[in-house]
Amino acid sequence: MINSKILVYDGSFNGFLTAVFTAFDEKVSVSDIQREDEYQSGLFSESETVITDNVKAKRVWYGIDKKSHTAIKQIYFAFLSESKGIEMLLYRYIRKLFSKLDTSPSDYSDGIVLKISQLAKSVGREKHRMEAFVRFQLTKDGIYFANIEPDFNVLPLISKHFRSRYADQYWLIYDVKRKYGLYYDLKKVEVVTMDLKELLTNRIHKSDSLTPAEYDFQDLWNNYFKSTNIKSRINLKLHQQHVPKRYWKYLSEKREVV
Amino acid sequence: MSFERIKEKLNILADAAKYDVSCASSGSNRTNKNKGLGNSTGMGICHSYTEDGRCVSLLKILMTNYCIYDCAYCVTRKSNDIKRAAFKIQEVVDLTINFYRRNYIEGLFLSSGIFKSADYTMERLVAVAKKLREEENFNGYIHLKSIPGASDELMREAGLYADRLSVNIEVPTVSGLKLLAPDKNYEDFTKPMLKVKNEILQYKAEKKIIKSTPKYAPAGQSTQMIIGATGESDKDIMYSATHYYKNYHMKRVYYSGYVPVAEDKRLPAIGSQVPLLRENRLYQTDWLLRFYGFHVKEILNADFPNLDMDVDPKLGWALRNMQHFPVDVNRADKAMLARIPGIGMQSVHKIINARKFRKLNWEHLKNIGIALNRAKYFMICDSSKWEKRDLEPSRIKGLILQNSSGKFRKEYSNQLQLFS
Ligand code: SF4
Repeated sequence: MINSKILVYDGSFNGFLTAVFTAFDEKVSVSDIQREDEYQSGLFSESETVITDNVKAKRVWYGIDKKSHTAIKQIYFAFLSESKGIEMLLYRYIRKLFSKLDTSPSDYSDGIVLKISQLAKSVGREKHRMEAFVRFQLTKDGIYFANIEPDFNVLPLISKHFRSRYADQYWLIYDVKRKYGLYYDLKKVEVVTMDLKELLTNRIHKSDSLTPAEYDFQDLWNNYFKSTNIKSRINLKLHQQHVPKRYWKYLSEKREVV
Repeated sequence: MSFERIKEKLNILADAAKYDVSCASSGSNRTNKNKGLGNSTGMGICHSYTEDGRCVSLLKILMTNYCIYDCAYCVTRKSNDIKRAAFKIQEVVDLTINFYRRNYIEGLFLSSGIFKSADYTMERLVAVAKKLREEENFNGYIHLKSIPGASDELMREAGLYADRLSVNIEVPTVSGLKLLAPDKNYEDFTKPMLKVKNEILQYKAEKKIIKSTPKYAPAGQSTQMIIGATGESDKDIMYSATHYYKNYHMKRVYYSGYVPVAEDKRLPAIGSQVPLLRENRLYQTDWLLRFYGFHVKEILNADFPNLDMDVDPKLGWALRNMQHFPVDVNRADKAMLARIPGIGMQSVHKIINARKFRKLNWEHLKNIGIALNRAKYFMICDSSKWEKRDLEPSRIKGLILQNSSGKFRKEYSNQLQLFS
């Protein structure tokens, strides 16, 4: 490949869109698009670091959105999957969208479209799971706190749900894997990074940072959960299918606090 | 609040409420008002699942399990020797709010044994809902039980606070009801149902003219029938369900396999198997009627009063009506696509979208996610390789069952996997 380039971006979605803009604008033949923290130089291609530019990113966003609203949503969701090589897959898809060829986000008989829609679907599923399985615990500071470790980077996707539902309480949802969180202060949601002294999931010992009544409510909830069972209908296989084991650590009804 | 005392009540009153299988928290449209607590828009969320695989989305409890009636099929019946308890109104409010704030639930499902009288009981349910809405500014989901025999005034008020109202008809036939709940009138059930239906109609009409008309039960009403308690046929059940859908505009009818709770000559003995597969077949039929354009008479009639247990009702219908097949997926209309076994409604939409771009062959259809091991006997596509043998329906059935025996056993869920 002659004159092909690796575009390096900061890992953010806007960064990625800026890279797409650059590729289109400068008519670059792109051999890869990589996050700067995962950058590996190629043998035959030079690289260019793209500086995230929200104006350029927005132009790409609206450009795709105008072509198809479904497409931009799927692209965003699929991007958050952080799956290996996702950037090039999306880039190829975006090129297709802008080319003369007919490409539609509902044409599932097209390989790229199908792959992206599947990734977007997995991310969507994780988003729903987090909306369901986040368990707030009330701290002595009066903050409803939850830590999560989602498979995909879904915090940006769940923000709106929690903001519109829990509008009258302080809350903080922290992604332990990606080391950032969302904090709501009754007015707005902010992205926060912090040093978590202790994780508050799947704990054996009671934490001093939580209100004592917190454990009483967890206890009530666990009791409630137990009483909802109908023994003659038990079907543990189905149960695990709905609540895969890796999510149990979030659920107070699935653990015991000493 | 005394947690120990609450815990004891909660154990008793959640245990008694669990036989009501409705867990839906969807279909409402309440947004968060004035920076209050909660909302209930769009799809409900399952925050957990019971060990028998049912969705947990609501705090489902009875206000009290004291009851003046003696319905044979019910744990709460007067003659049953069990521990009794009653919540105070404020206790239910506090529990709901505290569970909700921790993201355990979508809201409250409040039912009750009939204490003193229907109206006395209904009043207390309404009082809880009113407190939640007006004092706590709670916009989460509230499902209240309409107590059979409750007055029109109370039912009117209930709908102003609740998202959904339901009366459980429980016994699908009037004769069965006479046998098992002799001191209850059929009219006691239908009266609140009718009132709620009329209020909803009125609300919808007024809403068109005055936008600020207060909401009335935006998620509609539902009912539940117990399956397998009185020897009714599947036809009895589904005709009855159709009647409630049509005449009372039910959003949902639930089917609950009877779990024996009493030694009573009129009922299956304690320890009898819960008819889970039958329950699932009824849900599948219900879906076919609501979303797939089937008429109940096509599936159940004098010649076929009961559903096949070994195949789902859609496959059963197809096998009895081979004259409609094979269907050409590249040409057939939506209604006919929906009738091909192995193709669900989602796949129907995908097919219709995808075939605008190219003629579909087996590979495309597989990518779309169609269960070809079923569908292939009933369709043709852009390929010369299709089932050319003129197979007898019984042979097709055999071939399909052979290839899906493991999967078939899993079909005990009543929510997911309906037609996979
Ligand atoms: S009136 Fe309701 S709670 Fe009372 S016994 Fe009959 S079904 Fe059970």
